[in-house]
Amino acid sequence: MGKYVELTASNFEEITKEGVALVDFWAPWCGPCRMIAPVIEELANDFEGKANICKVNTDEEQDIAVKFGIRSIPTILFFKNGEMVDQMVGAASKQAFTDKINSLL
Amino acid sequence: MLDCAIIGGGPAGLTAGLYTTRGGLDDVIMFEKGMPGGQITSSSEIENYPGATAHNLSGMDFMIPWLEQCQRFGLKHEMSEVTRVSRNEDGTFTIHKSDGSTNTAKSVIVATGSTPKRAGFIGEDKYFGRGVSTCATCDGFFYKGKEVAIIGGGDTAMEEALYLAKICTKVYIIHRRDTFRSAPNTIERVKMTPNIEILLNASPQEVLGDAMGVTGIRVVFKDGLTRQIDAPGLFVFVGRDVNNQVLIQDDGSFLCEMNDAGEVIVDISMNTSVPGLYATGDLRIAAPKQVVSAAGDGSVAALQAIAYVDKISHR
Repeated sequence: MGKYVELTASNFEEITKEGVALVDFWAPWCGPCRMIAPVIEELANDFEGKANICKVNTDEEQDIAVKFGIRSIPTILFFKNGEMVDQMVGAASKQAFTDKINSLL
Repeated sequence: MLDCAIIGGGPAGLTAGLYTTRGGLDDVIMFEKGMPGGQITSSSEIENYPGATAHNLSGMDFMIPWLEQCQRFGLKHEMSEVTRVSRNEDGTFTIHKSDGSTNTAKSVIVATGSTPKRAGFIGEDKYFGRGVSTCATCDGFFYKGKEVAIIGGGDTAMEEALYLAKICTKVYIIHRRDTFRSAPNTIERVKMTPNIEILLNASPQEVLGDAMGVTGIRVVFKDGLTRQIDAPGLFVFVGRDVNNQVLIQDDGSFLCEMNDAGEVIVDISMNTSVPGLYATGDLRIAAPKQVVSAAGDGSVAALQAIAYVDKISHR
């Protein structure tokens, strides 16, 4: 069973520098973030060994949120070999996230 | 074949799920692309649902027990996005999903709700998610100790202004009329809040921004004067668009009768023009767009669906 990676200032670069990564910026008080939480968990399972599915708690990791100019959550950033290549703002379906990751693999 | 397919997992869909399963339908799936709860989970406070008297009860906390209650009676939740509902020759329905798979169902309750409208000013789409927001509980945090502006003058605008006024140094309310249609109690609280400034007869003209996002907004008044407000956050609460996409057929027509606003025409029992198809909550004509009325719709539609499924099964 794949599990998403909880990103912090100390592991962010390490996890996103190689391959494809989806990073979900969320917070506990955000309804739409909670809505996509089970989707993120399923994606972590589906893409185990193929892409890193990650979450950033913007409440605890404000420096990362500021670095990427996050002003709305959920914001989902897509990285390829350390470079941010795409982003989605707001809740979306699992299919939409899956298609985006597959297009980067 | 499902006895009933419920499309959408807000208050209407969840209540329909509770009533159909508890009322004896065996095979019921509620299709909701993520965690159920609906639009109210973005609301900072709910104080008009009868019996829900907890102080500062957030929409999210309020909705948490709803799914659990439904699942106790056997409701299944499938985390899929439904793209279309079509009707088969034998009167049953096919539920088409974004991954290409389908389900068939004897009855369908559509509870897809609505989505916050954009106000239509210059730069709104460009800066959406980079300073322009429709969710104060989600994004208010990013403007702690800063100034924000709210576009709109309805209930949501007023309630979220009060919420933001607790976090932000100043909240501007930009309202195109000179009167409010919100609940008098809420308007009074807004007027009594010292760090809220109300701009009446005012419309947003253009968002101002840079590479990092929004920096302010230019407002135009009815008399033609303009004013620039320097605020990095803009919250838009100007009503909602109904989510009727699942009813659009391959030929572009709707599955059932709709009004000009794209709302489903239903009778007092949530029957649409198609037997076995029900529409509830924000999606239907004359919807009050309240949690309690959406929940009421869900129960009414569920009782109708139970009777319908019973009738066709014993034909």
